[in-house]
Amino acid sequence: MASAPKEPVQFSGAGPLNAPISGVLTWVDQRFPLMSIWRDHLSQYYAPKNFNFWYFFGGLAMLVLVIQIVTGIFLVMHYKPSAAEAFASVEYIMRDVPAGWFIRYMHSTGASAFFIVVYLHMFRGLLYGSYRQPRELIWIFGMLIYLCLMAEAFFGYLLPWGQMSFWGAQVIINLFDALPLIGPDLSTWIRGDFVISDATLNRFFAFHVIAIPLVLLGLVAAHILALHEVGSNNPDGVEIKQHKDAKGIPLDGIPFHPYYTVKDLVGVVVFLFLFFGVVFFMPEMGGYFLEFNNFIPADALKTPPHIAPVWYFTPYYSILRAITEDFMLVLAIGVAAYSLLIWLTARNQLVKMAALAIGLVVIVLMKGGPLAIEAKVWGVAMMGAATLIFFLLPWLDRSPVKSIRYKGPLFKAALTIFVIVFLVLGYYGTQTVTPAGTVISQIGTLIYFSFFLLMPWYSAMDKTKPVPDRVTM
Amino acid sequence: MGKNMNKLKHLIAVLLLAPAFALAAGAEIKLDRAPIDENDQASLQRGARHFVNYCLNCHSANYMRFNRLRDIGLTDQQILDNLVFTNAKVGDLMKIAMDPKDAASWFGAAPPELSVIARSRASHAGTGADWLYSYLRSFYRDAERPTGWNNTVFPNVGMPHVLWELQGEQVMAERKVQGPGFEKTEHVLKLDKPGKLSPVEYDQMVADLVNYMVFMAEPARSSRTTIGIFVLFALSLLFILAYALKKEYWKDVH
Repeated sequence: MASAPKEPVQFSGAGPLNAPISGVLTWVDQRFPLMSIWRDHLSQYYAPKNFNFWYFFGGLAMLVLVIQIVTGIFLVMHYKPSAAEAFASVEYIMRDVPAGWFIRYMHSTGASAFFIVVYLHMFRGLLYGSYRQPRELIWIFGMLIYLCLMAEAFFGYLLPWGQMSFWGAQVIINLFDALPLIGPDLSTWIRGDFVISDATLNRFFAFHVIAIPLVLLGLVAAHILALHEVGSNNPDGVEIKQHKDAKGIPLDGIPFHPYYTVKDLVGVVVFLFLFFGVVFFMPEMGGYFLEFNNFIPADALKTPPHIAPVWYFTPYYSILRAITEDFMLVLAIGVAAYSLLIWLTARNQLVKMAALAIGLVVIVLMKGGPLAIEAKVWGVAMMGAATLIFFLLPWLDRSPVKSIRYKGPLFKAALTIFVIVFLVLGYYGTQTVTPAGTVISQIGTLIYFSFFLLMPWYSAMDKTKPVPDRVTM
Repeated sequence: MGKNMNKLKHLIAVLLLAPAFALAAGAEIKLDRAPIDENDQASLQRGARHFVNYCLNCHSANYMRFNRLRDIGLTDQQILDNLVFTNAKVGDLMKIAMDPKDAASWFGAAPPELSVIARSRASHAGTGADWLYSYLRSFYRDAERPTGWNNTVFPNVGMPHVLWELQGEQVMAERKVQGPGFEKTEHVLKLDKPGKLSPVEYDQMVADLVNYMVFMAEPARSSRTTIGIFVLFALSLLFILAYALKKEYWKDVH
């Protein structure tokens, strides 16, 4: 693009007192698109006026990200990433660093708060179909952020070098051990040693403080740029850009700044009230935010009787544990039924054949005698699939409407059951294995995947209500 | 459809109730509630004295500095005169001379570091204080153990009963109780030989010690709650302002 000389920008309220400020802004703006960034993303970014409670959580996720980065920087100033010193350096932060306990509790509470606001933010997407066309890429960037967040939390959890840090990492790294052929070498490569050791701690530290945060920030920028390109969805799921005034401004849109900056400020204050309530009065949160066992230094010779991941991983941990050898038959029958369903309903001959062929291969790998892969490996695969399946949502939802407000009873029931199952799986992931718990986790696993995999059918056959032209307040 | 909905409801009910069954199935350790008060400075000071006298010989508190005891109302001089028995400086950590390797060969396992023990012993059965309070009162004579002592809260514990002179000697006694329609045998601890302290005095002494150990596990605890009240109060005020600002800006949005 040829760079045309820029016109000096006129600023409102450029009185005698504001003249120096306005002069500086003009100087900057002739060299950097400051005012156009401000306009495009804040003062002239038109957001639907009908945002409700669920729309607070995107901004709050940004706030928590900032809290984590700032507190993280201060923690790194005092933390020692060494197996011999890590545990002691955390206690040093808690006792001898001025306000160290405050910084550390903000960081540990922030980790859980991040997942709470992100889960609620994702639930908002499910409620109002925010993943639907034309917002598929926003959803995909968002899911990549979620995966980064899980990696960030996993790497960070090893750093205090407590018993749960050590044994939690042990359980997860051993999952890779289960993979056929490359498993043992792969897990050794990840650890950098034959056991979890100083080498592992150092590389996890590198990932936690540099690699993943860099990727995370890039993805957050992409998530917001994609959002501002197509515009925000809203609780009615109607496109406000279809009704514009003479100046091209959406009739149902209001400038993000000042309207949503002042509204989000209220949300921020309420959030901080709850956040600091935890930080100051219950930083352990009953053993869910800071696990009690993690106050014992890591000991490779003492396996704790009960190893539970932190709460935000527990739904997936339940799915991992649900896949037992005697559950494989049920899974194989499920795969057979699903291939049959596609074969019966698909119109394209190629899709029909592919469904049968893929189904057959999966069934053989699940239950095919000598060709079958161990249940343990399937557990890892199912756990991975449970997180990755969210990526497919934009193409699984075939409903003619976006928002739950106009969707029918089938989708409402499916989403309600999914949320309950997610919570129940989360609960069982914190508990020791019991026969009843395993059966319930297995039922939960089937329902979890059915919510996604059957969506093309139930969302299409559901009764929907007519969508209004304009948003409702 | 109606039948299916009913099935669905049953399934949801089962899924929701399931955690209750799982809880009922788990074996619970009964812990006594520790009668401690983090604001009772006299109790904390007595506890600190018991800690350096009875614990800080085999156990260390490697993350705790002696001069942090200023937080429980002591001066540096008082700390040095009454609580430091080595040539340690007042700003030193509560370390011990015993080598952990020697300790492991003498006791079978090195006595654990105690700085944060009150936090690590918490569980869903009770707080770490409850555990410590119950544990230190549950030693009994057991001739089959190498030390001659066993413990109901920590079965086959490696530590002998260090406070036996004070508590006296408990034994495991059997007691017949009338169950619903049958007689059953319960195992209870009984004081066999009284010690220097009465049971009430001993419980109070353990409570002081546990109170101190809770303080030691998180010395910032009391300032954290004090600051927290101010922070939440300030945020409440900010909420009023933020809410009023939002109302003002949004009054023309319909």
